Amino acid sequence: MRRVASGVTLAALVLLPFFGSNYALDVANRCGIAVIGVLGLNILTGFTGLISLGNAAFMAIGGFSAAFLITKAGVNGFAAIPAAGAIAALLGMIVGVPSLRLKGLYLAMATLAAHFIVEFTVVKWESVTGGVSGMSVPAPALFGVVLDNDRKLFGLVLLLALAALLFARNLFRARPGRALIAVRDHETAAAVMGIDVFRAKISAFGLSAFFVGVAGALAAIQSRIISPESYPLSLAIDALSMVIIGGMGSVAGSVLGAVGLTLLPEGLRAATNALSGQWPDLISKLSILKELVFSILIIVFLIFEPHGLAALWRRAVRKRHATTQQQPEGGGK
Amino acid sequence: MTAMALSIRDLFLSFGGVSALSGVSFDVRPGEIFAIIGPNGAGKSSMLNCISGLYRPQRGTIAFGETPVTGLPPHRRARLGIARSFQNIALFKEMSVVDNILVGRHLHARTRLLSAGFSLPSARISEKAQRAKVDEVVAFLGLGAVRDEPVGTLAYGVQKRVELARALASEPKLLLLDEPMAGMNSGERDDMVRAILETNAAHGVTIVMIEHDMGIVMDISDTVCVLDFGRRIALGSPSEVRDDPHVIKAYLGEEDD
Repeated sequence: MRRVASGVTLAALVLLPFFGSNYALDVANRCGIAVIGVLGLNILTGFTGLISLGNAAFMAIGGFSAAFLITKAGVNGFAAIPAAGAIAALLGMIVGVPSLRLKGLYLAMATLAAHFIVEFTVVKWESVTGGVSGMSVPAPALFGVVLDNDRKLFGLVLLLALAALLFARNLFRARPGRALIAVRDHETAAAVMGIDVFRAKISAFGLSAFFVGVAGALAAIQSRIISPESYPLSLAIDALSMVIIGGMGSVAGSVLGAVGLTLLPEGLRAATNALSGQWPDLISKLSILKELVFSILIIVFLIFEPHGLAALWRRAVRKRHATTQQQPEGGGK
Repeated sequence: MTAMALSIRDLFLSFGGVSALSGVSFDVRPGEIFAIIGPNGAGKSSMLNCISGLYRPQRGTIAFGETPVTGLPPHRRARLGIARSFQNIALFKEMSVVDNILVGRHLHARTRLLSAGFSLPSARISEKAQRAKVDEVVAFLGLGAVRDEPVGTLAYGVQKRVELARALASEPKLLLLDEPMAGMNSGERDDMVRAILETNAAHGVTIVMIEHDMGIVMDISDTVCVLDFGRRIALGSPSEVRDDPHVIKAYLGEEDD
């Protein structure tokens, strides 16, 4: 049953470029990129328990690294994506060093500082980043295939999102992934079981930043032009919302949160458009409306379901399972 | 002369002027069950924390076999073969029983981030081997019925057993147990005593244990060390310690009827 469902979903995704509208493919790309980025943040915050407000900064590092590598270093666009991830990973590990001493709110503040340092650097380091005017990002091209629109880009985004999901799923079923969860659940116990806690935290920062950096590079390639304003702090908050609402420490939750909260504003947009006849000024309040709905959702989930959509999903599946198993005994209703 | 399993020399530990340990020394012989007893606040848990590396003593040395470990962080000591349980249960509460015990296998596997993420054959082989070992420990401690349960939902006594299982999965040479029987009913106590004795006998694991249940301490220990206000006031076989006037005064006197 599950296999059928995921097969159908995958088939629909593979066929999407052949019949989806331009708008649908734009949204689909943004969903896929969000999945990669949110998975990255979830590895750090959900699985390892290290709160980070530096997500937008790592997106920026990924985006500007890709842009620089393609335009100024002459690197092929396809190679620039993992390279951008690697640069983000390296800087992520450096940002992670204070996590040895800092926890919770204090670590959040340290990563917030990292956000502003990156923002400042991007604005001032004009020779590399183009300063306030930003950079344009050429489409990746290989053997005559140029990914210069959402339709063509979607295959790459889908492939990378699936690879990221598989990687994360495998990781948390094996030794290094368990070590990260152990550090989150009980740092002292993890240490006396032989886990090098500092090393675990640094690798979580590195891996997380790699995913987020790749997402940043893809986002830059999708939007074709980036500037310091492309990566506001609210982007980091949005990613954190997706992790919380989707499900902390859950791979499936990362997908649900990323896709759900990327589609939500689109739904709101459609709703406000439909209602604009009655309330014409509603459209101008769309962005505020979006923030409001996000905020309310976070509060609701934190109170009623801290494990997010992933937990709701699991419960629903179990319920279905229970009822289908009961039916033969209970007879027809 | 064979090396001691553990040699504690002249250990001093204080927290902001309040001294927890003042010049404690003792040796633990390989393969023995060594009990540390004493009234509340005697420094028993502080001693265990010094041995596992959670506390750094201000003075004194700790040697594990021939290896000085005084300055080593906890994870390095674990790699040498020191495992422990905690007085207050310290499990990974979001993980299942099996996953908790699998963490105990951490130092016996080499799988790194990338080989795990890409699920390379080496990672899969290693994972399979670790799981086989964990199954042995699960069977040994009778945890089969709860193996896939999230550990936070289990009864207190069962959680204590999972903690022991996690420590045993690391195949330690030295096992430190901080009140392994605390809060258990008599049936659970019997199970725990049996598990400790079997671990000690079958695997030759040296055990250093803090325990308040005097009946059990006197029954199963080879050596008993009595601490009071951070000092060692007695050391010897259970019968020697029982008859020691200092001990009767400081500790057992209150419990005798």
